[in-house]
Amino acid sequence: MDIKETANNIRARFSELGLDISIDEIEERLEKLLTKFKVPEDEAYRSVVNYFLKEHNVSKNSFYSSNQFDVPQMKISDLSEDGQWVSIKGRIAQLWENSHESIDQVGLIGDETGVIKFTKWKNANLPEVAEDKTYTFKNVVVNEWNEKFQLNLNKTSSIVEEDDEIEIGTSVITFTGAMVDIQTGSGLIKRCPECNRALTKGACNEHGKVNGIYDLRIKAVFDDGFSIQEAIIGREMTEKLADISLDNAVAMAADALDQGVVHEHLMKTLNGRYYTISGSKLERYILVDEIYMETELNKERLVELISKAQELV
Amino acid sequence: MRGYVREVAQRIFAQEFRESNLSFKDGDDIYAPQYLLTPTAAKVNRLFIVGTLTETEDIGTETEYWRGRVSDPTGSFLVYAGQYQPEAAQMLSECETPSFVAVVGKPTTFTTQEGDIITSVRPESINVVDEGTRDLWVMDTAENTLDRIEVLDETQPNIVKANEHYNTDKKYYVELVLKALESLEEEVIR
Repeated sequence: MDIKETANNIRARFSELGLDISIDEIEERLEKLLTKFKVPEDEAYRSVVNYFLKEHNVSKNSFYSSNQFDVPQMKISDLSEDGQWVSIKGRIAQLWENSHESIDQVGLIGDETGVIKFTKWKNANLPEVAEDKTYTFKNVVVNEWNEKFQLNLNKTSSIVEEDDEIEIGTSVITFTGAMVDIQTGSGLIKRCPECNRALTKGACNEHGKVNGIYDLRIKAVFDDGFSIQEAIIGREMTEKLADISLDNAVAMAADALDQGVVHEHLMKTLNGRYYTISGSKLERYILVDEIYMETELNKERLVELISKAQELV
Repeated sequence: MRGYVREVAQRIFAQEFRESNLSFKDGDDIYAPQYLLTPTAAKVNRLFIVGTLTETEDIGTETEYWRGRVSDPTGSFLVYAGQYQPEAAQMLSECETPSFVAVVGKPTTFTTQEGDIITSVRPESINVVDEGTRDLWVMDTAENTLDRIEVLDETQPNIVKANEHYNTDKKYYVELVLKALESLEEEVIR
């Protein structure tokens, strides 16, 4: 390690923070640690920096964070790496109510390519964001949790308000395949009256035991023989597709003393058939806007396949 | 770390399924998924079948154990459901024959005393469907099988493995597909 150069680097970084530190003093400390105490180089650097930070009462984050200012500006749909530091420019699509004391704000931010959940922690001391306004989130961390990506804003992050309007992308995806399963959590469910989350065993993750509101939905798995696609089909479409109304479903469940009968009914009437679905993609799921059952054989395709097979023989 | 990833349901005609006998595990631990490698190198941990349920029979001794035959234009699949597949077993016990059914299930193999390997299906679900769905499946499966046959000269490990084990005759499987497609064609024209 070149002591002079390292000392200069340290001095330069501190002067960016508005502190003038004597170069001799830095050199002396480095020298002592390296030659007398035989401390490893990076440890010596750390130790000297920390000494001056303490001396001048500067937080570690403000010293180190600007080193990470060169994080890439990314589009939401391109986020794919757990632990990656990025900057994201987008519009606040939704702010959620949050009850956790260490969380300041939580919600969804969206750009042209999609939306992602973000969490702004209280100890990050960042300004408030408002729904429908555009911001750049600088230096935020991508985390993968439960197979979903989310953004975390921490002490080293910053928020810049932007003037431009961003159209949040609802990239519509279409998928054709057989419905091969209906997952648990489908059929007749109850939702939390406060936050609309689906209840598990009569309790909301956020609000505990609540008097739930009935709803009907399907979490289905579609499969085209090459890949699978999970999809969420909401109440209205479920009612049409399975020819059942929410009231019917409630009555069916009451009759059988079991909500599971609705799931069984859906499984029986819908599973094992071919469908084409389309809708916007949120994490693993397509939120289905349109669905129709495939019934007609594509005759041109059949003729094509036959001639393809004849060529291969 | 990526969590659990659901296995894709492969499309295989009955005859190719019956001629498959190479099963293996991906990895060493006891929870590693089991696969059946078919002659056209489909790596099957789950399959989707639509065909005609032609026979059902309770072959259990103490508890019910149902066997169903599901046939497609090339042959038939054997489907076995017992106490651990209660919905499917009930379905087989109630279902009229013949009727069109869709089956999602896992491939299983059984070795006879003579050393022959018999393949069958352990159903996750069985649905009564209509003829249209069956036709779509035949075309879907024909397309998938042709796609596999087309890449059979490539050098991916599973393709090499399938060729070595079965010495796959491409022409034979193309003819199988053709037979299935022609059965559809007759029906569509009819």
